[in-house]
Amino acid sequence: MNGIASPLAAYLMVAALLFAIGLAGALTRRNAILVLIGIELMLNAANLNFIAFWRYGPHPEALTGMMFAIFSIAVAAAEAAVGLGLIISIYRHTQTTDLDQIKGMKG
Amino acid sequence: MGVLFYLIAALTLAGGLAVLLLKNTVHCALAVTVAFAGLALFFLQLDAQFAGFAQILVYIGAVAILVVFAILVTRGSTTPVGQVFSESWLVGVAIAAGVFALFGWAVLESGRALPHESAAPAVTVRDIGNALVGRYVLPLEIVALLLTAATIGAVIVAMHEKEGSK
Amino acid sequence: MVTTLDQIFIILRNWITGFLPQAWRPAVDVVLGVVTIVCLFPGLFALTTVFERKGLARIQNRLGPNRTGPFGFFQPVADGIKSLTKEDIVPLNADAAVHFLAPVVLVVTVFMGFAVLPMGRNMVLVDMDAGLLFFFAMGASTEVTVFMAGWSSRNKYSLLGAMRAVAQMISYEVVLLLSGVSVVMISGSLSLVKIAAAQNHYTGWLPNWYIFTPWGFAGFVMFAIAATAETNRSPFDLPEGESELVAGYHTEYSGFKFALFFLGEYLAMFSISGLGTTLFLGGWSAPFSFLTWVPSWIWFFAKVMVSIFVFIWMRGTLPRLRQDQLMNFAWKFVLPFTLINLMVTALWRFMGEGWERWVVCTLILAAVFVLMGKVGMGREHLGPRSYRYAE
Repeated sequence: MNGIASPLAAYLMVAALLFAIGLAGALTRRNAILVLIGIELMLNAANLNFIAFWRYGPHPEALTGMMFAIFSIAVAAAEAAVGLGLIISIYRHTQTTDLDQIKGMKG
Repeated sequence: MGVLFYLIAALTLAGGLAVLLLKNTVHCALAVTVAFAGLALFFLQLDAQFAGFAQILVYIGAVAILVVFAILVTRGSTTPVGQVFSESWLVGVAIAAGVFALFGWAVLESGRALPHESAAPAVTVRDIGNALVGRYVLPLEIVALLLTAATIGAVIVAMHEKEGSK
Repeated sequence: MVTTLDQIFIILRNWITGFLPQAWRPAVDVVLGVVTIVCLFPGLFALTTVFERKGLARIQNRLGPNRTGPFGFFQPVADGIKSLTKEDIVPLNADAAVHFLAPVVLVVTVFMGFAVLPMGRNMVLVDMDAGLLFFFAMGASTEVTVFMAGWSSRNKYSLLGAMRAVAQMISYEVVLLLSGVSVVMISGSLSLVKIAAAQNHYTGWLPNWYIFTPWGFAGFVMFAIAATAETNRSPFDLPEGESELVAGYHTEYSGFKFALFFLGEYLAMFSISGLGTTLFLGGWSAPFSFLTWVPSWIWFFAKVMVSIFVFIWMRGTLPRLRQDQLMNFAWKFVLPFTLINLMVTALWRFMGEGWERWVVCTLILAAVFVLMGKVGMGREHLGPRSYRYAE
């Protein structure tokens, strides 16, 4: 169990913990916007993983991890925009953002 | 690991936990901004300067503002009166704990295979630019197309309907 | 002798750190630089408040402060004593933690922007490889603090002012970034030190500043417009217009916190003037090749103070823009023009030296300016006026 001695393992543990927190947020909160925030936290945790592996991996000059993280940031911003647009549109229709009340297939 | 690592980790995880536990939605949005800032500090500690500044610029400067605007448009800025956690919250927490247990076990078990110290990569912004228009030009163009489609889509989805249900 | 005067602050700093052991020197270097910036720029801020009040007063044909000291120069001291001793009122319903943190985070993020500005030859606090990106990241962080200030006051006017300010800042942030990108394209680096050094050449006795090129001039004008909007200065100061919104997002702040907001706004003005100076006006280089004996830091601060004077002049002269006019202007004119400026910059680079590129680029930019002015900002409904009376 000498995993924590490596700095890479420390970053991976933090990323795993952040991912679990984001997942818990996405699964337990009622407000749709907070679910989206949970998803953003999960994406960020994955980015941290990529950058940590890039830094401590065998070929950092190939820039693979950094590129993936940069593209992931761009795509996550676009996805947040579209997701929030959808939430606003649903709010206009049902006057609520509470996910426990938007469970009917009708309307 | 140095003190700095533990401080930044504490900041980020505190932000994440605050998102999970606070009742007021705007407080949660500000807490996730703190988590984003903590992650940017992690990127800077890992010598990924460009990614760190891009994280601040995009996430704190754009995504956080978007989230806050959406909260205000959907009238979520007052503390909600009812329950804030859904009825099946225990299952959600159990699943998240299970996922963390799996990841933690994987990281600790592979401890032997993980590298220890390695020299900081001397990566300049020029190298990133060269890579973006050299090896990664196809993902760059696809992301440009994706961002255009997402922008147009978000505008159309969130636009006021001229007639119909209102 | 000339070089000594130019590098006098570096020499002083090396002399002070010479007394310390080798291991401490980098940290003390940075700390000395930080202390200098934290003392110098608020001092300049105090000077600018008098400058502004007297300047605005003279433009408006009145005198301005003239009681406290000769020509009112001790007015900032009086203002400072007043802000520090005023009672700090926090509304009962306000969100206490966020209300307290907003001005603090604002001032911290604005101060961070000064870390990458080269204020003279070799006189930059941190020479970052991605310095320009760091500056813009700090600018983007101020938007969240503006929202925090407006929302935590639980006041409709504050929230409205904050929303307007954030929308305006986001729109013009893109313009600021794009006009910076054309400079980065030509100088080949995101580091502000290299951008300033690239402009330190002279053709004959004329300087090679980027503002003296067609794309640089257009870029500078767009940068200036965006900078005025980013710092919420007139004519873009609807978020804090007294006649509309009381004081916008800092209505509910009194005493020292209000002074912090005021400080934050002026410091943002200084740092964005510093950035404009570095990007377009040659940073610390002298205007003519026979004037290079004057120290470089004098030129930098002179250019920044000229920019501040232009800000004050604009505030006293131009009427305020309405929010929708402001946003229309940003998205329908300034942003497309900046994108076309970017393409013209690329054309400039590829055409190589010679008089052709001057003519072609100037013609393209002038044609686009006129065309976009007619198409982008055109108004269709210019019929006879109609009146609606209240019944």
